[in-house]
This record gives sequence, C-alpha cells and structure tokens, in this order.
Amino acid sequence: MRANFGPILGLIVLAGIFAAGSARGEDAAESCDVPSYLLTNESALPKVADAIKSGGTLEVLVLGSRSSTIATSEASAYPGRLQAILRDRFPSIKVNVSLELQPKKTAEEVTSGLAKLMEGKKPTLVIWQTGTVDAIRSVDPDDFRSAVDEGVTALQNAGADVILINPQYSPRTETMISMPPYLDNMRAVAQQHDIPLFDRFAIMRQWNDSGDFDLFSASHGIELAKRVHDCLGHALSEFVIAAAHLDPAQQN
Amino acid sequence: MTSIADRIAQPPVGTTDAIAPAAAAAAPAISFPAVGERELRLDLFRGLALWLIFIDHLPPNLLTWLTLRNYGFSDATEIFIFISGYTAAFVYGRAMEQAGFVVATARILRRAWQIYVAHVFLFTIFLAEISYVASSFENPLYSEEMGIMDFLKQPDVTIVQALLLRFRPVNMDVLPLYIVLMLFLPLILWLMRWKADVTLMLSVALYAITWKYDLYLTAYPNGYWAFNPLAWQLLFVFGAWCALGGARRMSAILSSPVTLWISAAYLFAAFCVTLTWYVPQLGHMLPHWLEQWMYPIDKTDLDVLRFAHFLALAALTVHFVPSNWPGLKSPWLRPLILCGQHSLEIFCLGVFLAFAGHFVLAEVGGGALLHFVISLSGILIMCAVAWVISWYKHAADKSAPRKGAGGNADMAGGG
Repeated sequence: MRANFGPILGLIVLAGIFAAGSARGEDAAESCDVPSYLLTNESALPKVADAIKSGGTLEVLVLGSRSSTIATSEASAYPGRLQAILRDRFPSIKVNVSLELQPKKTAEEVTSGLAKLMEGKKPTLVIWQTGTVDAIRSVDPDDFRSAVDEGVTALQNAGADVILINPQYSPRTETMISMPPYLDNMRAVAQQHDIPLFDRFAIMRQWNDSGDFDLFSASHGIELAKRVHDCLGHALSEFVIAAAHLDPAQQN
Repeated sequence: MTSIADRIAQPPVGTTDAIAPAAAAAAPAISFPAVGERELRLDLFRGLALWLIFIDHLPPNLLTWLTLRNYGFSDATEIFIFISGYTAAFVYGRAMEQAGFVVATARILRRAWQIYVAHVFLFTIFLAEISYVASSFENPLYSEEMGIMDFLKQPDVTIVQALLLRFRPVNMDVLPLYIVLMLFLPLILWLMRWKADVTLMLSVALYAITWKYDLYLTAYPNGYWAFNPLAWQLLFVFGAWCALGGARRMSAILSSPVTLWISAAYLFAAFCVTLTWYVPQLGHMLPHWLEQWMYPIDKTDLDVLRFAHFLALAALTVHFVPSNWPGLKSPWLRPLILCGQHSLEIFCLGVFLAFAGHFVLAEVGGGALLHFVISLSGILIMCAVAWVISWYKHAADKSAPRKGAGGNADMAGGG
C-alpha cells in the first residue's frame, strides 16, 4: 500500500517536481476517487439549493483551523479549491468562499466567539471544521459534543446551512492523538441536527489505504499537502452539490 | 494492566487453592480450580486479550479485523480488567485469609508499585518516540496535528504530571487504571470477606452515581482519565465477586438455556450495529430513535451496553469452553496461556512492541505485507518472552514441583 516509500521516494518526489511540476495538481483529481457513500447523505442544504436555483449569491464561510490551510500556499488549500470548483460548476451565480481561521481553539472556544464572528455576515453555508484541537488537548468528549451542538444551533439561528468537517486522518500521530471519541461525537451531533458531515477522516484514510496518497510520508515538501487539499476541495464540492440535491448540468 | 499476583504470594497459594473441586467439575460457570490445578481458562483469555490489545495498538491492518472490537461493543480491555479482578481477589483474598489484612495489603501495595514502575518505564519510551517524531516530521499537511508536541516545551511539568499519573499519552491509560484499582483492592477484599453481595451492590451504586453525577478524574493538561476508574471498578469488583464464590452461585443462571439465548441474541444485535460502523452504506437501516438512544457508546465510563456485551460474551464462553475442555492442554494454545500467565510483563512488552512496530512502519514504509509481518512477529516475540520468563521461573524456583502448565510458581493467579 505504500510500496513507493523509502529513500527512493525523495528522488521520485524531486524528479516529479521537476518533470511534472504544475501538472501534478491537475492530475490529482483523477487519482483520488472517493467511494460514493462518503459523498452522499440524507441531510439537505435547503438554503444552498435556493441560492443556486434563484441565481443569487452563494456565500460560503469556512470556519476552520490550521488544517484548513497550507502554510505558504493559501489558494491551494481546500477552501480556495472549493471556491474555484464551485465557480467553475455554477458560472451563472456568484460564489464566494471566505475562510475564518480559529487556530488552536477548541470547539468550546470557537462556539463562545461565534456571535461576534457572525456579526455582519450572512453566509448561505457555514462549513465548520473542528475536532483536532479538542483531540490534541483531550477535552472531555461530552463537553466537546455539547460545544459543537451549541455552535451548530447558533449557526443555524444565524440563518445558515451547516456542514461539519471532522479531523484529518494522520497516521503518524495515531499513537499520540486519540480521535475516535471526537469522530463519534461529531457524527452524533450531525445526526441529531440532521446536517451533513463531511467525513474527512474516512476519506483520507481511504486514500491512504488505497495507495493514492502516502500519508505516512515524512516529506517536508509542500507538494503532498497541495495534492491532498486539491482532492479534498473536489470531494467537498461534490459533497455540497449532492447534499443540496442539485444537478449542476441543469444550472448551466 | 494486568497482572496481579504477587510473586511471593504464590507458592503457598498454589498448594492450598482447593475450593470445591466438585463444583469446578460440575458447573460450567467460572469456578475455582481444583486442587493443584490452575484455572487455565483465565490465563487463556487473558493471553488472548493481550494479543488483541497489541494488535489494536498498531495501525489498522489485516489482523485488526480479527479483534473483538470490530464485532461488538466491548473489547479486550473488558476481558482484561475482569480477569484481573478475578485473579487479584483469588490470590490476595487467600493471602488475607492466611496472613491477615496488614500483610496482604502490603503485598498488594508492592504489586501496585511494580505496575507503577512499569508504567513510568513505558512513558520513558513514549517520550523518546514522540521527541523523535517531533524533531524529524514536518509534513506541512499535518502542522495542526503537530500541536500534540507542545507539551515538550515544558518537560518539567509534563514529567511530574506523568509521575502523578495525570499525563497519560494514548495507549497508556490501562496501567494507571490498574494501579488505582489495586490501591483499592485491600478495601474491596476486606468488604468482600464481610459481605460479598453488599460489596458488589456498593460497586454498582458507585457506578450509578458516577454516571448520574458525571464524576471523573481530571488529567493534565486538561480533560479526564480515558478509563474512568470510578466506572471501571464495576468490572474489577465483579471479577473479584465471581472469584470469591459468586460464579459458583451464578452457575445455575449461567448454564440455563434462557441466559444463553439472550446472550446470543444480544451479541448478534451488537454485531449488526457494529456492522453499520464499518459498512456505512448500511447506516440508514438503523432506526433513528435507536441511534439517538444508543450513541455515543462510552468507553471512558464503561457504557452499560459494553458491560452487558462483556457479560453476554462471558456467559457464552464459560458455556462452550468448560474448565475441563481438552483444548486447554493443547500445545497450540500453550503460547496464549503462557502470555496470560505473565500478563504484566507481556502487556508492557506489547505496548513497547506497538510503539516499535509503528516506528518501523513509519520509517521503512512498505505495504500490507510488512504490516502483517510486524503484527505477527510482535506476537511471536511476546510468546517467546513469556516462554523465557516461564522457563526462568522454573529454573529459579527449584522447590516448586515441575509439572505441566500448573507447575509454575506464579500460576495461581496472576503472574
């Protein structure tokens, strides 16, 4: 599953950078298929559907943390990719994806600052990515759950559709960070509010297992991060479109 | 986590553990070993639990699909804590009867100290691993996850908190739980000798209060103990209660077909629910109300569904694996039994091997095959070390009679 690993990998990556360069990012979308059950769900995004059908503005706010970005390459992180792909798919409407970073904040800390954060903003859709910081600090899962629950309620009251994104699959730190309680609780909150959960953890694990990406890689380069985020952007846009029950072909 | 018996406590125990040999033969339930014979089923299943814990601590691979937690609510931890309670009560209960409360308490504390030292040893290894990862791993994709290394900035606080058992990295939660349970063992045994049923009821009451008022032990830098001793004590005390005669009294209930069918039905239902975790396409088949009621199934506080799952498993196991089951003498199961007999050593080794295996996988890479080879060699190493320890104890303890699996000095319960 990670047969290309080892000292040779460095050379391959180097060669890849020189030879393939920018082509890599574009090819990546094809090498990172996501099983359809990870991209579909029963919950709906009525406000997103309305915005697109009425040809208005689709204002998306990504409420994220460090793993919503790539340090030196903001535009190639998944929120940027999401914007590019959605604009491409729905040329007739205005699509804006903005990113609100909440680095090193637990769900509870983010929730308590939500009122201030949402002031003057009217997003159609809020994509809330959380869980990693809570897992690192091993916050009580019950507290985590009620914080996410409260946050989702607040966002819905502010008039937005909500999608939750769970933590990344990170095999290197698996022995150090215990993710399962946080993944379970996010799923529970999503079920309870009947909102879509973008299962980033399962998707990335799928890529790692199938050999699309070597997420064990100790590589210091930025290429892997860019490719993964590009694929996440693609998967997320498909997920949003599926949850809004839209057929993009009709919109063009 | 696991091992209970005090080495000095053993030789007298081995010769005097004659409790109701007739009951042992007649009742399919867990019962005391007959004279001179050790309850090999305890060793067998504790050994099995050790293997499963080791495999579960490695990154998921082929063998992971063989572990218990994929097929129901409870996992190897439940087996371990229960058997630990059982053997601890058995060994130290006897010691308390023979040598009195004070001496038995001293022996228990000595054992708790050994487990503590083992925990600190494992923590040192963990520290080495995490420091290495921190200094060598800078994948920009995971800069957020690297926040886990922040504690390295304050080694003084971290190490003191670790010594106080308040800072416990992932996979190192079991020994602290075990230490706490051992510290309370003298009290539990003292109460048990007074009135076993009342003790069990007190334990259930503590469990209920823990759930009702959400009691927990805090951890460092924040959070809580991943295995809440206030809840998990229920399994430990239940094990002790079984060892001190409860199992014998329950044997009629345990062997009744009604119990067996209920257990089987519950295990099947749990299996179906578990299936929806791994085959998410089936997720929608689960009624919404059931999900609302059931989730989350809490491991920290030993969810009642997990406890019930363990009970159902245990009921079926004691029925289908009677204590006179010939397979227990089979050379094929001998490695498992040996591992179970030296559980503290093998548990620690397992945690270490899981760290090491993870390290090899990360550094060398390689596919599913290497993964499989690492899991397998880990288990082989555990067996080999268990065999060496066993051999050494035979050789060192010349006065002990040398016969089969039962001849070992630390057999009667713990080792």
